[in-house]
Amino acid sequence: MQQQSDKLLQQTVQHIGLTFISLVIALLIGLPLGIYITRHKRAAGPVLGFAGVMQTIPSIALLGFMIPLLGIGPLPAIAALFLYALLPIIRNTYTGIGGVDPLVKEAAVAMGMTRMQILLKVELALAFPVIMAGIRTATVINVGVGTLAAYIAAGGLGEFIFGGIALNNTNMILAGAIPAALLAILLDFLLSLVQKMGRKKRLSTLWAMPVLFLLLSSFYVLPFGYSTRLLAGFTPEFMGRSDGDIGLRAVYGLKIKTVVISDAVMYKAAYEKKLDVISGYSTDGRLKTYDLVVLDDDKKIFPPYYAAPVVREEALERYKELGPVLNKLAGRINDSVMTELNYKVEHLNQTPERCARDFLMAQGLYREPAQAKEGVIRLGSKIFPEQYILTNMYAMLIRGYTGLQVETKTGLGGTKICFEALKDDRIDMYPEYTGTALLAILQPPAEEIQRLGEDRDSVYNYVKKRFDEKYHLSWLDPIGFNNAYALMMRRSQAQQLGIHTISDLTNFLKKDKL
Amino acid sequence: MIKVENITKTFGEFAAVDHVSFAVQEGENLVLLGRSGCGKTTLLKMINRLIEPSSGEIYIDGGNIFDRRPEELRKKIGYVFQNTGLFPHYTISENIAIVPRLLGWDKKKIQQRILSLMEKLHLPAEYLSYYPQQLSGGQQQRVGLARALAADPPVLLMDEPFGALDPITRASVKKDFKQLDELKNKTIVLVTHDVQEAFELGHRICLMDNGRIIQAGKPEDLLFHPSEDYVRDFFEDQRFQLEASVIGPGDYDTLIQAFDHFKHKGK
Repeated sequence: MQQQSDKLLQQTVQHIGLTFISLVIALLIGLPLGIYITRHKRAAGPVLGFAGVMQTIPSIALLGFMIPLLGIGPLPAIAALFLYALLPIIRNTYTGIGGVDPLVKEAAVAMGMTRMQILLKVELALAFPVIMAGIRTATVINVGVGTLAAYIAAGGLGEFIFGGIALNNTNMILAGAIPAALLAILLDFLLSLVQKMGRKKRLSTLWAMPVLFLLLSSFYVLPFGYSTRLLAGFTPEFMGRSDGDIGLRAVYGLKIKTVVISDAVMYKAAYEKKLDVISGYSTDGRLKTYDLVVLDDDKKIFPPYYAAPVVREEALERYKELGPVLNKLAGRINDSVMTELNYKVEHLNQTPERCARDFLMAQGLYREPAQAKEGVIRLGSKIFPEQYILTNMYAMLIRGYTGLQVETKTGLGGTKICFEALKDDRIDMYPEYTGTALLAILQPPAEEIQRLGEDRDSVYNYVKKRFDEKYHLSWLDPIGFNNAYALMMRRSQAQQLGIHTISDLTNFLKKDKL
Repeated sequence: MIKVENITKTFGEFAAVDHVSFAVQEGENLVLLGRSGCGKTTLLKMINRLIEPSSGEIYIDGGNIFDRRPEELRKKIGYVFQNTGLFPHYTISENIAIVPRLLGWDKKKIQQRILSLMEKLHLPAEYLSYYPQQLSGGQQQRVGLARALAADPPVLLMDEPFGALDPITRASVKKDFKQLDELKNKTIVLVTHDVQEAFELGHRICLMDNGRIIQAGKPEDLLFHPSEDYVRDFFEDQRFQLEASVIGPGDYDTLIQAFDHFKHKGK
């Protein structure tokens, strides 16, 4: 709890910093640009057009565009937020100054004010409420879009939100979403006070504002956590799991500077040396693509995630031949084989179907579809390549050996949707992982998990038994591979530093600090 | 005091002011009179370089105004707008203080000046902290006048200063205006389309049409010795009131002239 509230504070402070850094830059560029286009109306169209186009780019896409240009971390996040804040500031400056009564401006000229005096004392002073409204809009936009910064290792309240979404943990989502919403409301309210201030009070506040903004911006660079030579990038989900970052700290005493990042960009960032240690899945095809190695979990904190088909018991009883056919795959695919298969689909762009057939053929398991028989087996899968490959293999085995019809319902989203579909008799089977079944579905008390420990068989047996009792669902034999969480590093760096296990990494960091 | 020489302002092909020359003596009130679009406001705005002429020269106190920085020139010339042009975000006191502050007067001097102007223009001192939109049109116009006079400039340019007021307010503001001793020794160029007003306020009148001065002279000269038909026709509608206004008591010569005119007209 204490740890979580520290984290919340840190993320809130980071979020404020992120919001204001981009806001300050947007002000430094947007205000002069807005003033410039009131003087050069011909430039107004293109400038407002450009800022408008930036505004229409979906935020996640804009962050995506930034990655090839600026990599990951604060820089692309600040750049994206800056682009979002630009339009309201430029447009409101332009509109605000444009709305100043020309007669008043002429009077200012007639009294002998210089251009600069007219700009400061008349135009900006009169346009102030409108410009302030633009700043408020930009601030609220930045607080909102800033949550997405967590996708590219820039921190902020998005870490909780995305962690919560990944873990299906509503409290965690709210722990990020509520402070973000409150922050937006609070900042908007404070700025509205400035907006409504009389001109006299405002003058003193206006001097304070840049100072305050800069101060708030500097929040972002406040040192949090440990400063180490190696940088870790963990997914929001990993950060929030007891068998993730929390376990690494508790069991290994791992102290490494960590950023939160989406798994979509994490592997590539490691390859590009933006990150040194990442949390991945041990059978991910990108391990091979980006030449990463898995660090051995020598203290066994990551529970086993052995994959096996989970099948409805009615289906197994009605079609006696089904169980043995599905078990043909048992023990056939180890970690490196699965990684290879994933690599073919993810990186070489093979279809899961072709990849499945090639494998079955190589194993001598493939058969052309047998004589058709009455009966349909409904196969489900979650939405990632590994599951597509497995589902295709099972479909081919069922068609080849039993003659039963196969109906595949791939892309059932995450664990929750697949499992519910199976329970409600909308599919007959899907491949599941022991660790997921244990931690995400059964959710036994912590002591129970502790007791089961790292042993492959004890977890498998526990899950099998409980599924049978509780849901009348049957776990068949494990396929062989363990798609567990894993820490990974670039092969070259791991070799150079002599790091093979997580304990090696911990020790290296301890020594490196001294 | 002010000498305008052969000044021209063209907008594309159109000559808004076409080779105009005139001079204004120190302490004199010169009225630029004409229908809207005749070029009188353009001419006025060239005197403090709100509009830059296409050709010609203007001298104030013997100095060519184009040799000076326009900001410096303008601080020495008061300017009164038809629609006041007061700063809506400044209080009355701040509005009046604009030019003195630009000139770097010290606070006490500015304060004294503001108070004395408020009194002279019959504005209650409590208005000082008000904003322009809290005042009536007539009061705003008085503030506009106070602002133009604040730094005690020798020259005052007035662009239809009473044009936006209703007749009753106009009469009252005009009355104060005429009684204001501050204005007695100022050189004033005033633009109006109102013939009555021109006769009332002008020591001399320049009647303009199509960017040119048709006739310049004392009111009675324009009335009784029109240089061409346009001038005569211009005053025709209000001739009686105008003649009555230029004829002072005991001014027999003028009276006889006026009588002659009536006789003439009667035929």
